[in-house]
Amino acid sequence: MPNFGLVRQNAVVSATPKSTIRDSLSVSITVGAYGIAFGAASVAAGFSVLQTCLLSLLTFSGASQFAIVGVIGSGGGALSGIITATLLGFRNGLYGLRMSPLLKTKGMKRILAAHITIDESTGVALSQENLGPDAMRSGFWFTGVGVFVFWNLFTLAGALGAQSMGNPAAWGLDAAVPAAFLGLVWPRLTSLSDRILAIAAMALALGLTPILPAGLPIIATAFLALAIGMRKP
Amino acid sequence: MTAMWWGVIGTSVAAFALKYLGHSIPQKYLDHPKIQRTNLLIPITLLSALVAIQTFAEKSKLVLDHRAVGLAVAVISLKFRAPFPVVVILAAISSALVYHFF
Repeated sequence: MPNFGLVRQNAVVSATPKSTIRDSLSVSITVGAYGIAFGAASVAAGFSVLQTCLLSLLTFSGASQFAIVGVIGSGGGALSGIITATLLGFRNGLYGLRMSPLLKTKGMKRILAAHITIDESTGVALSQENLGPDAMRSGFWFTGVGVFVFWNLFTLAGALGAQSMGNPAAWGLDAAVPAAFLGLVWPRLTSLSDRILAIAAMALALGLTPILPAGLPIIATAFLALAIGMRKP
Repeated sequence: MTAMWWGVIGTSVAAFALKYLGHSIPQKYLDHPKIQRTNLLIPITLLSALVAIQTFAEKSKLVLDHRAVGLAVAVISLKFRAPFPVVVILAAISSALVYHFF
């Protein structure tokens, strides 16, 4: 799924352009298949099949999509959901910074490039570095478009599947959503301080839940990250 | 318009704006180590908060129910390096079993 952080940076060893295409395709299919989980989670959270598919088509950023359906599904307001999703999408902007000198796009092509700027397209592009800038560009475009196609197809499948199930709790969908978030954050917890931060964020969010309106306890934890990230090294 | 529609439109507009901005501004503006570091930490706190709230909250009340079992199974399967779809499916199955039988 987009922005899952699952791409290995050094997946390519051989030096043929074919390997670039193969890398792009395998990432696209594997990652795109996770769209089933998003489609199901979104419908379980009360979004329609149309809204679910529009999120995958237009937002096209996995963690942000899970966040908006998660926040609204648990009773939060639209604004809380949008802020949480946007904070999670911030890194796509940083990927854009990295990719723009390589892609040198303008006009319509820049709009397309921006839309498919996610963890995976950036990750595969960077992994082709030893094959030269052409291979990096191909990696970016093939992976971005490939993930987009499969992510949207599988979103539709997951949404239709969940719609035909009825009560989300009876099928465990209400537990699948936090499990998906856990799967998203797990690979990011590489050091002890990351794990402490994660537990502190959980405690803060739960502590604020009875006090603040739904959605705000989640946003409040961003200040923990800000306080640590912005302090003097 | 419902909260869902505002959410779909607002999230999509903001997501694209961030991506497009990244492609359009000179690299030096955001290439500060503090910003890079905060950018790595924000997903950790937000996603962890979402895990906690989605498991242990019901509106503004804290609860302990079948979802906690699903989460525990997810933690165990991640410990055993299970791939993402397996983690999600095992969490769903275990939570549904508790929901039905306890």
